[in-house]
Amino acid sequence: MEELKLFGSFISPFSRRVEWALKLKGIEYEFIGEDIINKSPSLLKYNPVHKKYPVLLHNGKPIVVSLVILEYIEETWKENPLLPDDPHEKAMARFWAKFIDEKSLALGRIAFFSQGEEREKALEPTWEALKTLDEEIRGKKFFGGENIGLVDLVAGVIAYWFPVFDEIADLNLLFEQKFPSLYAWRENFINVPAIKENILPQDQMLAIYRERQKKLLQIPTNE
Amino acid sequence: MADEVILLGFWPSPFGMRTRVALAEKGVVYEYKEEDLQDKSPLLLKSNPIHKEIPVLNHNGKPICESLIIVQYIDEVWNDKSPLLPKYSYERAHARFWADFADKKISDYGSRILWKKGEEQEEGKKGFLDCLKLLEGELGEKPYFGGESLGLVDVAFLPFSCWFYSFETCGNFSVEKECPKIIAWVERCKEKESVSKSLQDPQKIYEYVAVLKKRFGVE
Repeated sequence: MEELKLFGSFISPFSRRVEWALKLKGIEYEFIGEDIINKSPSLLKYNPVHKKYPVLLHNGKPIVVSLVILEYIEETWKENPLLPDDPHEKAMARFWAKFIDEKSLALGRIAFFSQGEEREKALEPTWEALKTLDEEIRGKKFFGGENIGLVDLVAGVIAYWFPVFDEIADLNLLFEQKFPSLYAWRENFINVPAIKENILPQDQMLAIYRERQKKLLQIPTNE
Repeated sequence: MADEVILLGFWPSPFGMRTRVALAEKGVVYEYKEEDLQDKSPLLLKSNPIHKEIPVLNHNGKPICESLIIVQYIDEVWNDKSPLLPKYSYERAHARFWADFADKKISDYGSRILWKKGEEQEEGKKGFLDCLKLLEGELGEKPYFGGESLGLVDVAFLPFSCWFYSFETCGNFSVEKECPKIIAWVERCKEKESVSKSLQDPQKIYEYVAVLKKRFGVE
């Protein structure tokens, strides 16, 4: 019998994207909640190099780093494919996943730790990246085409976390006005049942981050 | 119809070298175009409009960017020989993890050794050697990270070996002294033509670093 465990956190975009992939493929798993400050001995045992979540444990074997986990899930469970078959299209999907991850990671840190003119300057690359993604998604329902795919799951950080950081730090995101195609994508994305049913409500996310802000906890710079 | 394969690269780039090793392992016939990063070609700007960086592989007019993504593409398309990724998904995940690790950590720590001084440089040195020791552990008794033949991790990590001499000289340490198994692995890999044809002379890399230091006014 298959044994599948996911060590993660409800508030982590890296953990959520893995959950969404499992849900979209209809795979059963046990979720083990981790705390960013007090990580469990199991987590440290299964990810000794990075000591971070998410960690997927499949029949006792750990897989770590969210993009690596997503590819593993895609290769292991063939239902509802999240990546195209064509090698060039697959390479493009991997390119966009990497792009989104690299460009979006900074936003949390900027939102919490920088101010004023320094912040405005720090935000420029993020706004540039959103403009690029806005152009890329134009005319498409999802980054994956007609159906949700791996890139959409990675972009989930933009759909849910960016508005939260915007509200907490008053970043002037102006999502709908400045990035209308990406905003339209967001509407499609958050209405997919597997996504909608597996995310904390915005006000809960806001409350958690406000609490963190109060404690000035280090926001993870990657998972 | 014959395949048209063009690789846009820049000679000292370890990311470009990765792509060359992968193409050589697969016996792919391709045209190499050396880019002047101060004066990027129209083909580069068109093929990689977002990052405007090398390497870019152009396959029958379709561009593929980001070296590890290119290497996996090469492995998937030219799948008749020299597989770079293992067959089963767990081992593939394992290879992707270590390739990602080598990719991010070596670049980051290496940069600090080359361009920083004092405490920052020391941190870079320590981080670099810690990473190499972890990689030594991962290699274990295997001849290559890929097992009996070159794999994704070998291809990802090997080109950084051309830069070891530069790191050692700037940081005042010896990789061979600290991580002899890594040096033994590098030498073993260089016995393969696909590798020896694709890697640059460490001395030339060091001379290039010296040019950059002068250009940026770094000691």
